[in-house]
Amino acid sequence: MDLKEWFASRQKRRETLEVKQPLSTEEYCALWTQCFQCRELLYTRDLRNNLHVCPKCQYHFRIGADQRIEQLVDPDTFEELFGELGSADPLGFVDTDNYPARQAEASRKSGLKEAIVTGTANIAELPVALAVMDFAHFGGSMGSVVGEKVARLIEAALELRLPLIIVSSSGGARMQEGILSLMQLAKTSAALKAFSEGSLLFISVLTEPTFGGVTASFAMLGDIIIAEPGARIGFAGRRVIEQTIRQKLPPDFQTAEYLMKNGQVDMVIERSRLRETLSRLIGLHQPKSRADKDTPVRNSAHKRAVTT
Amino acid sequence: MAPTDKRSAPLEFEQPLSVLAQQIEALEKQLVDNPNPELEADIAQLLEQYQHLRRSLYSNLRAIDRLAIARHPQRPYARDYFDRWDPGWIELHGDRQGADDAALVGGLVELGEFQVLAVGTQKGRTLRDKQQCNFGMPQPEGYRKALRLFHHADKFGLPIVTLIDTPGAYPGMTAEQHNQAQAIAMNLRELAGLSVPVVSVVTGEGGSGGALAIGVANRILMLEHSVYSVISPEGCASILWRSSEKVSEAAQAMKITAREILALGVIDEVIEEPLGGAHHDYEFTAVSTRDAIVRHLRQLSTMSGSKLKADRQRKFRLMGSFVEV
Repeated sequence: MDLKEWFASRQKRRETLEVKQPLSTEEYCALWTQCFQCRELLYTRDLRNNLHVCPKCQYHFRIGADQRIEQLVDPDTFEELFGELGSADPLGFVDTDNYPARQAEASRKSGLKEAIVTGTANIAELPVALAVMDFAHFGGSMGSVVGEKVARLIEAALELRLPLIIVSSSGGARMQEGILSLMQLAKTSAALKAFSEGSLLFISVLTEPTFGGVTASFAMLGDIIIAEPGARIGFAGRRVIEQTIRQKLPPDFQTAEYLMKNGQVDMVIERSRLRETLSRLIGLHQPKSRADKDTPVRNSAHKRAVTT
Repeated sequence: MAPTDKRSAPLEFEQPLSVLAQQIEALEKQLVDNPNPELEADIAQLLEQYQHLRRSLYSNLRAIDRLAIARHPQRPYARDYFDRWDPGWIELHGDRQGADDAALVGGLVELGEFQVLAVGTQKGRTLRDKQQCNFGMPQPEGYRKALRLFHHADKFGLPIVTLIDTPGAYPGMTAEQHNQAQAIAMNLRELAGLSVPVVSVVTGEGGSGGALAIGVANRILMLEHSVYSVISPEGCASILWRSSEKVSEAAQAMKITAREILALGVIDEVIEEPLGGAHHDYEFTAVSTRDAIVRHLRQLSTMSGSKLKADRQRKFRLMGSFVEV
């Protein structure tokens, strides 16, 4: 082949070749995620494989309810309960937009009907009642539906004698349902009173961020309270406090580690160890004699008597 | 006599009324120097006009107007009620863990035929008083003191009466360090478990979780001009409207007034106030509030401890509005 032919065939090849479009900005952004904390550009797939924790600085990204459930429970064991509950508009609330429109927008963003998913599942083969909040839906705010689902789940757990786990992430009570949102604090706390009297275990997991009406009710009532590293947790928001006391707050104020230092949570557990920690804690609160009736090993005096 | 009331500084929406009152007062002064039947007739006419204006003004109050009455600096506070109900009431102090929060007062009070444990938020009247009471915003220690008193009442079978008038729990640094959220949550849970009658009255501002922390009751009453809300209208306006000028709209939208909340089924009764608000007549307000509480206590005292507890849990269990599809 002479040089001329070579050029001609090359030209032909180029013409028939399918040209790949460059990635759109959106697609490009989906491929890469910048860490909020260390600013490192992370390959999204790697981030997902690392449970949405930055491999470089250990920053725990917010995750959706579905992802959280997938990370925590045994495959295919989650059975959703009370998914049929949806929000009404009891006040006919309108601010710069009306409440039903804001609800539709929230659902579009989160892919969920409401800010909490409730159900039963197994964690390392231990059956539990599980609720997971999703901040992407309406800022994880608690209105009538969130309150009702939490209350129903607590009642179901009591009925089925299951340990209860609630993973919280919320900006607080939902303003658009006014006083009815506030009453959900009392509703969920009252349900926990009955649950507590049943001597059942409630583990509350606090994740970035958990504030307001949710911390001032069920989230702070766990028999054991676990926080995710770096999660901001509190009652009033940082800005409100700074405006009230007219002074700057320390940078670590209201972080999981700060709460740990102040005796407000039992432990700060990284996401990769959460499932294992939950299953251990549940196991430690279930008498072994109940799991295996033939070998009562709880009573150490009895055990000694047998061996000597 | 001029219808001005020295004790009550006029609120913004009351301005037309106070202008008229000043005119009447000026004319009355003239009358003293210069008795004149024509002037007397004018004054009588103006007085009539005044009364008419007053009635129409107070029968068309917007949410923001009621909010102003609820926050009136002369509004009767918990101690004003306790002192009138029982001049010999005995105050109990402290959370037993290191603090005595002045924003939350409580003690043993004889209320009609009942001996009750009364707890209320206290805003403070003078500047010093206000600072001491932290403008009626309790710290976690205040809520823990209330909880201690609730358990005391439960132990001795004393009915509990709570008076609520607070902007909310205090948003401060030490409040967070001392776990404000947990203090409130504990009260909500423990109040739900008591075996004695609990009656709560919102007498002024029912400010969110900080109000509810002493408000998980068998019966909830509200004074006519009091308000109860999930967030202050100022907070709501700044978050949802991003404007500090939309407070009135926010107050309207959230349905914070006593009658609206009664219509939502959250409270059991609205207690009428003297025309213009509770600050115009402390005696009247204290008596009508006492009578309403006593009426509810009579009904509740026929119930057993377990029934009272179940009644309270059920009341809150039913609150909320949703659809099942």
